[in-house]
Amino acid sequence: MAVMTYLQAISSALRDELRADPRVLLMGEDIGVFGGAFKVTDGFATEFGPDRVMDTPLAESAIIGCAIGAAVVGMRPICEMQFADFISCGFDQLVNVAGRMHYRQELAVPIVVRLPSGGGFSGGPFHSQNPEALFMHSPGIKVVAPSTAADAKGLLHAAIHDPNPVCFMEHKHLYRRVKGEVPGGIYETPFTARIARPGSDLVVIAYGAMVDVALEATEDLDGASVEVLDLRSLVPLDEAAILDSVARCSKVVIVDEANMTCAAGAQVAALIAHRGFEDLDGPIVRVATPDVPIPFSPPLERAVLPGLERVREACRELLSY
Amino acid sequence: MATETARVHADGAGSGHLQPEDRVWLLREMLLMRGIEERAMSLYRQGRIPGSFYDGYGQEAVSAGAAFAMAPQDRLCILHRDLAAHLIRGVTPARILSQYMGRAAGVTRGRDGNVHFGDRALGCVGMVSMLPDMMLVATGMAMAFRLRGERRCALTWFGDGSTSRGDFHEAMNWAGVQRLPVVFVLENNQYAYSTPIDKQFAVDPVQRAAAYGFVGVTVDGNDVEAVFEATREARERAISGGGPTLIEAVTMRMHGHAAHDDMKYVPKEQVQEWRRRDPVERQERRLRDLGIDVDALREQVTAEIDAATEEALAGPMPAAEDALEGVFCTGEAEPLGDGLAPWSGFRREQGVS
Repeated sequence: MAVMTYLQAISSALRDELRADPRVLLMGEDIGVFGGAFKVTDGFATEFGPDRVMDTPLAESAIIGCAIGAAVVGMRPICEMQFADFISCGFDQLVNVAGRMHYRQELAVPIVVRLPSGGGFSGGPFHSQNPEALFMHSPGIKVVAPSTAADAKGLLHAAIHDPNPVCFMEHKHLYRRVKGEVPGGIYETPFTARIARPGSDLVVIAYGAMVDVALEATEDLDGASVEVLDLRSLVPLDEAAILDSVARCSKVVIVDEANMTCAAGAQVAALIAHRGFEDLDGPIVRVATPDVPIPFSPPLERAVLPGLERVREACRELLSY
Repeated sequence: MATETARVHADGAGSGHLQPEDRVWLLREMLLMRGIEERAMSLYRQGRIPGSFYDGYGQEAVSAGAAFAMAPQDRLCILHRDLAAHLIRGVTPARILSQYMGRAAGVTRGRDGNVHFGDRALGCVGMVSMLPDMMLVATGMAMAFRLRGERRCALTWFGDGSTSRGDFHEAMNWAGVQRLPVVFVLENNQYAYSTPIDKQFAVDPVQRAAAYGFVGVTVDGNDVEAVFEATREARERAISGGGPTLIEAVTMRMHGHAAHDDMKYVPKEQVQEWRRRDPVERQERRLRDLGIDVDALREQVTAEIDAATEEALAGPMPAAEDALEGVFCTGEAEPLGDGLAPWSGFRREQGVS
């Protein structure tokens, strides 16, 4: 197995799919000649040509709308939003056209929308968002969010093979910070949760960049045995894995990098409150970004994004409950 | 690159590309559209159609003429006042009436409201209410055709109100930049709900085509043969690499936005003036001049609608538990299929090849 960064794993998945399947095409702003704002598609235009690695007009609604049109006539388009924040401009096409299509007309829309998301690098209010919960609330769209290099590649392959619209939340802060062994070739990571570290005293439930934060924050927590459950997929949500962890650990901290209200973690908390209530040995604790836009200046951004200290503190408090 | 605004006149003589059988077919579909919608309006008043009901009375020529120019392998994104397009592609009147009544045999099996449907097996995608979202979907279809080097085109209809939204610009621009085989049919029926066109745009939108680098054509939207001819030319341009066309079909919405709307906001004289230009009567006159028994055709159509109504009314409503099914595709993604294309010109093409 090769060691790759999270970003290289995403590139590798895209390259493998372009080589394997002539129906696959990439669409996005500055992804061709320039290789993408984050260089995920660096060199692709040379290998695959400008038709399959398409530099599009600056028009997110059009990128998603045209991908839908291409998909229903047999293509497998993969759209890149330059930043996840810009999905607001393509929201209507994704939610109302792609998300409702199969239910209404039994017409599948096999598209992937790659959403470079998250903060931590002074991106400010419009380059740091985590919009995944918007799409959890919209029937017909799957949402996945890898935290490791191997899962980034495997989930992306699975998303491309899926006959439904899939939002692929790739965390920008992980692009070059996360490295790991990645299997060769095309393989699918299932849309299920993964135990990132087993434990028995408390479980931290997280996804995306918050998985590493959870692991690091609880690595040595006064000798407590802390489990970390990496959701990997938000739609579908692996309810069985969540309830299993709760049954084993009885105490739960849920971490979202997204804004607190109606975040993915709120849905997880509701699930546990309803179906894991008898297993709980303390309140369900949530750590998330407060309901403010992500500020630019480093001390302000650090003050809102969930960091090691806040997660550690929440776990300590719950362990002593 | 041609960017002039052309004007198609096909009144009187009509299109030179239509055989008598085609002309009968066109009238038949327009009569079916009008008859089905009239029947549906009375079913609505009887409480058999839930929600509201939207019709295309007076606009039959726009969908009939444009859809008739489309080949089986072409793809259509159909708007709510375009019933004749569904009929031409092969959707039966019984399925349409079932659709209106929210029955299990409707095209969307009760999932979506009366006019929001498209039969995927026949190469059609139904609209969503956010207009004109389907302009981008049609543009994407055309993009795929160009990438694969296929001689096919995509066509979509949208209204005058749609020209104010961003997706109109995004689709026109993208189609122009990539020179795609797509036909945009702007159905200018003078009103977007209650808003007249002078509150919608300062410049006739057909003129915008030039700004996007392709041809804009204005056509009499109440002359089915003129609409056919403009669309046939646009399709030829599209499949031979000449890029997109914007066709503005000028017509009039003769009924309210929907069944509940008495359209008091429309001056009576305007309606009277357009009544004289009725597209169905116009095609009837053409056929009578050719010696065709139009009354017999009308009787056939009425009998067909009677039978379809009976069939639709006898069909079951969907089972309540179906409401939770089918949000996601769980099998293989099946792309759109081919529709019917009754124009004799396509049969001749096939005969040659």
